[in-house]
Amino acid sequence: MTRQESLRSVWRIITMARKETLQIVRDPSSILIAFVLPLLLLFMFGFGISLDANTVRIGVVVEDARPDARSLAQSFQASRYFDVTLAFDRRAVEEELVAGRLRGIVVIPSDFTERLRRQNPSAVQIITDGSQPNTAQFVANYARGVYAVWQDKYLRDEGRNPPPSIESQPRFWFNAELTSRYNLVPGSTAVVMTIIGTLLTALVIAREWERGTMEAVLATPISRIELLLSKIAPYFALGMGSLILCAVAAVFIFGVPFRGSVFALGVVAAAFLLPALGQGLLISAVTKNQFVASQLALFTGFLPATLLSGFVFEISSMPELIRVITMFIPARYFVTSLQTLFLAGDTWILLLPAIRNMVAVGVLFLTLTYFATPKRID
Amino acid sequence: MQNDPFICIDNVTKRFEPDAPPALDAINGEIATGHITGLVGPDGAGKTTLIRLMTGLSRPDEGRVLINGKDATRSHKDLHRMIGYMPQKFGLYEDLTVQENLGIYANLKGLPAADRQAAFDELLEFTDLAQFTGRLAGALSGGMKQKLGLACALLKRPRLLLLDEPSVGVDPISRRELWRMVQALVDETMAVVWSTAYLDEAEHCDHVLLLSEGRLLFAGPPADLTRRVDGRVFLAKPPASKRRAILSRLLSENLARDAIIHGDAIRILTKDETSMVGVTPPPAIVEVTGVLEPVPSRFEDAFVDVLGGGPQGRSLLADAMTIHADDGKPAVEARGLTKRYGDFTAASDISFSIKRGEIFGLLGPNGAGKSTTFKMLCGLLTPSEGEGRVAGFDLRTATADARGRLGYMAQKFALYGELSVAQNLAFFAGVYGLGKKRAQHRIETMLDVFELTQYRKVSAKTLPLGFKQRLALAAALLHEPDVLFLDEPTSGVDPITRREFWSHINALTAQNVAVLVTTHFMEEAEYCDRINLIYRGQTIAEGTPDELRNAIRRPEVEAPTMEDAFIELVRRSDTQEAA
Repeated sequence: MTRQESLRSVWRIITMARKETLQIVRDPSSILIAFVLPLLLLFMFGFGISLDANTVRIGVVVEDARPDARSLAQSFQASRYFDVTLAFDRRAVEEELVAGRLRGIVVIPSDFTERLRRQNPSAVQIITDGSQPNTAQFVANYARGVYAVWQDKYLRDEGRNPPPSIESQPRFWFNAELTSRYNLVPGSTAVVMTIIGTLLTALVIAREWERGTMEAVLATPISRIELLLSKIAPYFALGMGSLILCAVAAVFIFGVPFRGSVFALGVVAAAFLLPALGQGLLISAVTKNQFVASQLALFTGFLPATLLSGFVFEISSMPELIRVITMFIPARYFVTSLQTLFLAGDTWILLLPAIRNMVAVGVLFLTLTYFATPKRID
Repeated sequence: MQNDPFICIDNVTKRFEPDAPPALDAINGEIATGHITGLVGPDGAGKTTLIRLMTGLSRPDEGRVLINGKDATRSHKDLHRMIGYMPQKFGLYEDLTVQENLGIYANLKGLPAADRQAAFDELLEFTDLAQFTGRLAGALSGGMKQKLGLACALLKRPRLLLLDEPSVGVDPISRRELWRMVQALVDETMAVVWSTAYLDEAEHCDHVLLLSEGRLLFAGPPADLTRRVDGRVFLAKPPASKRRAILSRLLSENLARDAIIHGDAIRILTKDETSMVGVTPPPAIVEVTGVLEPVPSRFEDAFVDVLGGGPQGRSLLADAMTIHADDGKPAVEARGLTKRYGDFTAASDISFSIKRGEIFGLLGPNGAGKSTTFKMLCGLLTPSEGEGRVAGFDLRTATADARGRLGYMAQKFALYGELSVAQNLAFFAGVYGLGKKRAQHRIETMLDVFELTQYRKVSAKTLPLGFKQRLALAAALLHEPDVLFLDEPTSGVDPITRREFWSHINALTAQNVAVLVTTHFMEEAEYCDRINLIYRGQTIAEGTPDELRNAIRRPEVEAPTMEDAFIELVRRSDTQEAA
């Protein structure tokens, strides 16, 4: 390639990239997808969804009227985790549990005082709604906790030593209060960037096919590589833009600590956009229709980024096959990296392999795209 | 020819589906610089496929396309440096401005920076778009989009200009302007390929390749084809009341090669043997029609002749419809129909009435207000002022009753492609509320009349175009409506299918069905008994096709066509507006 030829080539790329940018700026729907939707999603994940069960409604049935039992019931009422409905007959609250208005019932049986004296470990009964396993687990654990604390105090008051037990003092590193928002906000940033990188890119190329502009452009001297580069550049910039938006929102609106460096965040995001854009381009290369493109982008981009990235569900507890599949989902590496950057810091020992994997998946997608991009119509 | 042709199409075959007949079947042809080559044929003939082969964007299964001596699929870069291609829909970015569109194509084609401004100025002046450079391409009218598309294709002056159906969806005025522009461009350094389904455009070309169903029927100057039927074309001018009956007789007795309604006359193409007598018309025809006047032959006459003549026999449809009583009242009435959207008046004070058995045309450029008027008459839009009546029912108060008396055939036929022919008909019978027994009977009758029985189980989308059209018409007629609405029913279809279609419509008018046609397609206007010409939301003329033509007759325009009349009447309306 002569110098003049390569200059022309660069010029063609700039032209198409600038055109793309103009279209983004003028098209309200891309602004909507790139800036409004991310904020909406962040708010949804940040405020709407919380994996911490704050006040859960439970019933406490006090069948034993003696002081100890009432004292325990008061402990439950005082707990900030529970919103207690007090009853003296379990039939009164059972129906409420079945109807889903209560998430659990703690029964303080009529012989509670005797059991307590005998140091019977099963002094109270905890009934939970197993159809919602997470909440059930939570209710059971917290109810046990409330009882343990109360029992400890009771024994001390009696002047007896609590039964010797191995005490574990959990300390949660990086997220001491286990606030799930700290995890969810960086995680949803990954989802947002998947939407921009994959969904938006897939749509814009399909649109060019639908409107007949692709045909006119392909009949000019532009080459496949030039065409692809000109599509990548503006959406890369747009993706980085909404990353900044998400990060600012995360720190200043949601109060998520940011312990890493801006530099590391940029590197990680750039590495993620490579496969995300690659996937979008690949989709648009194989389909020439906006509807099909958006469906494909949702099913292969957005949903895996939400469900299989470890953002909501732990990857380590997934079946073997699914775990293998997650290796090809770039959002998986991005979620981990973001969580690390926000909560731990620039832990390069963790970030570097993630970056390497994202780049690898990206190169794979882009190579496939190159071969799948038609330089012809049929 | 002295030297090698610029483009050589060498035995090209292209298939899209292995079982279907090829889209292009062993095509041979040559295209030279210095003139306009028309790629002529109805929809589905293979025009777009052939153009794409010339751009190198598609490759032939067999044979090859040589451009300037090089295989089009091999020398991409060189080829794309010398072609200007305007695909259907013009290839414009609608959310960018006129100037930005030009800029993009200038850069893509590598127009040197020094030449840019001069090139833009020249093209903007040429296309008369200079005052619209800041407007979004999507906000331009059809004609302006077309000119901008052409300007983009012309940047860096191509050696080969490929225009794929540039005149579709464009009104006659813009169409004529585009022809003038392209004719002015052509010189010895440039070859122009212009594809079209309009046969009157073929006559403007220096050279045509006539395609039909993937096969090449003719290659050469259009006059060479037209000359074959010289001396065989006549006009008969029977009284208006007898016109359609006489046409039916000509066809059912198989007297002529082709016969169609042409304004207030019948245009007749005689059979081969009669041409030997020179311009003496065959007595058998004269006996039916009265005096025959010889007229110059047209490209369409010759095309129909090549295709083996127009459809003969009589439409069975006449027997399949009950005759609606003629109560002397108009079947469709529009009184002062007006539709406003905010400050914009889409239709203003439109009034007309359609008698039973009459074919009435709403004619006008895109955006003139035809569709708005049409939708108000279907009861799909509520008029801001005025009233519409269909078969006596007021559309405001008795919408459902009015719609029950109305059959509607949409542009591009609103059929369910995935359903079979019989299922489509059953669906429409259900929609129109035909009882089970009547539905069954009507469906069988329609299948029979339109010769669709063999396709009963075929899904609608795989039907050949002509049969699709029959099915659409059958669906609109299942409930034996008093009034039939047609929206550009025959644009882009081949002349045989078009004739067949209108012979069915003629049969309907004999049963006192009133027919309303909206179109911007001049050939369809010729079939109408009366025409209402709509422009800028207003009626600017109404009358028979001949009355409209006569209205503009001047010494210098001896035999004006419908298109001439259209253009002149619109021009006069513009001058009035300006004054």
